[in-house]
Amino acid sequence: MANIAHVAEHTTRSLIDHLPLLQVLVPFCAAPIIVLIGSRRLAWPLAFISSVISLIISIILMLSVREGGYITYSLGGWAPPLGIEYRIDATNAFVLTLISMIGAVVLPFAYTSVKDEIRTRDHSLFYACWMLCFTGLLGMVATGDAFNVFVFLEISSLSTYVLVAQGASKDRRALTAAYDYLIMGTIGATFFVIGLGMLYMATGTLNMADLADRISDQGANRTVRSGFAFIIVGMGLKVAMFPLHLWLPKAYTFAPSAVTVFLSATATKAALYVLMRFVFSVYHPDFAFAKNTLEIIFLPLAIIAMFSASIVAAFQINFKKMLAYSSIAQVGYMLLGIAILNETGLTASLLHMFNHGFAKALLFMGAGALVLRTGSSFYLQISGVGRKMPITAGAIVIGGLSLIGVPGTAGFLSKWLLIQAALERSSDNSLYLLVALSVVLSSLLAVIYVWRLFEVLFLREPDLSIPISEAPVMMIIPMWILAGSCVWFGFSTDLLYDFANQAALNLLGGSMGMSDSVLNLGTN
Amino acid sequence: MNKFFEFEFLAGHIHYLLFIVLMMTGLFIVVDKTNLVKKIIGLNIFQVSVFMFYVSIGKVTGGTAPIFPMDSNYHVDKDALQENLYSNPLPHVLILTAIVVGIATTSLGLALIVRIRESFNTIDEEEILEIEQKMTRDDNMKYDDISKGML
Repeated sequence: MANIAHVAEHTTRSLIDHLPLLQVLVPFCAAPIIVLIGSRRLAWPLAFISSVISLIISIILMLSVREGGYITYSLGGWAPPLGIEYRIDATNAFVLTLISMIGAVVLPFAYTSVKDEIRTRDHSLFYACWMLCFTGLLGMVATGDAFNVFVFLEISSLSTYVLVAQGASKDRRALTAAYDYLIMGTIGATFFVIGLGMLYMATGTLNMADLADRISDQGANRTVRSGFAFIIVGMGLKVAMFPLHLWLPKAYTFAPSAVTVFLSATATKAALYVLMRFVFSVYHPDFAFAKNTLEIIFLPLAIIAMFSASIVAAFQINFKKMLAYSSIAQVGYMLLGIAILNETGLTASLLHMFNHGFAKALLFMGAGALVLRTGSSFYLQISGVGRKMPITAGAIVIGGLSLIGVPGTAGFLSKWLLIQAALERSSDNSLYLLVALSVVLSSLLAVIYVWRLFEVLFLREPDLSIPISEAPVMMIIPMWILAGSCVWFGFSTDLLYDFANQAALNLLGGSMGMSDSVLNLGTN
Repeated sequence: MNKFFEFEFLAGHIHYLLFIVLMMTGLFIVVDKTNLVKKIIGLNIFQVSVFMFYVSIGKVTGGTAPIFPMDSNYHVDKDALQENLYSNPLPHVLILTAIVVGIATTSLGLALIVRIRESFNTIDEEEILEIEQKMTRDDNMKYDDISKGML
């Protein structure tokens, strides 16, 4: 009887019920289609269309879970915990929206940039790889099955290595950057699998919600604890957590501009989401070892990253490299938000994920536009370019201000919340006053490296002998979309804050961090 | 702590010990060797150790292969089904995926090494590092905006 009911339910599913899967499946199918058609002219439109479709899907998903609750989707009709489950709640819908938004906005920019930087015959394969990377990132975030996370992680990583290596036609160091990233990334992913193996040994399940239940039932033992350590180190490598960040500057500097834009805004964020999910949902900060890891390891490392990477960024002579180091510092802020361990901190962390994704994508796009027009992103080459390319430089200014966290830009809100979160904790531990102070001080360091950029772009005399024209429209439009949203989210703070707060509440809400209400997409 | 040195405990956990030995060997090769191909080999050993770890956790003492007990006429042997003790197949299936991922990683790594060899003329990490440091120095000399009186 149950079987018949199950079949009936299965056949009455409409398209809208399949959205959690389609989110991942659309770009996944786009990749082989691009390769099979093999036409250079069709590759970009196909990639763009599938990115826009996933953006629409992720927005629908985000709107349907914004009040809490979750949507569950069992792959192939096999019920969880045995089957693979995709589980969309406010937290991952938020991250899915960030990733697909960046994906859809960056592709128009990539069109011109890729034409300039990558050999023409590789174009269709390049976009196929791009789609696979996009799929991997979306899948990592959408899935509710721990082993599935690993599979998607590797899909995105392998395609990322290929994408980074494409920078070789401009600078051969892209090859070694990709190789280093491959070695480090594989070690990270393998550590993650070891951790999952230990969890499976201890619990006998791989479904995240089921894992959470069983771990909280049986309590911690050594296997569970060492699994936690392996997962944190493995994901820490992918997030570029401070001492594990060595692959990042080189990979971001030498990758093609469009790839850097995409990766900087999405790859570390997706990994950070997985880290959050494991720390807060699968494990729980109620466990002493999880709490101690956050407070004794994450917190100091985050603060060290904020200062050291910002200082290194201030001494760079290359725009792209400066931004890469700044990314490490910004990851520090996100980790700090997690480590503060309260609702405000987590909200700040999620918001900063979003804001930093936008600001950094915008800045890297600016760098890409400068590379297109001047040939490189060294400060000497782009001296005074702000006067010749005012529209591009204007967008860069907004991105830079958001990176510092100037009031009126999106970056201000998340840093403000971060300070507030630290102050909330300072009532029982006055050391958190220092944490709040360090956020302010490291933002001042950001002022130094961003100011240096402004000085290079605007205050220096341009070299009048080289004619430089404004960036093409295909680059300016995505840049100003992001610049506009940086300002928009700076003034209209409620929308993003509500989403992030719901996402944070979800993470903090106990087992799997999800309320009991299963939402049905079809009836919404 | 005492328990750790008991022979029976060690013998019963020999597969975990071997897993750790193999894993550390692999990691050491990745960190220590400067030859890029040897690094990939080390990475492979490291990954294989994890495969072995997964396979060993699925083993049930006295268990056989997880095959549904049927005779040649496709009738289910009910008695055999009752007492059929089989190893857990799930970790084995999982690790098949990881093996495929490992092969993809290895081939991509080797492909990158070919390209590195073409453009750097060496596959020794230290020599590559020297070339790259020289490139960085040249960049710094050429593009150093501070010494050129720009700041």
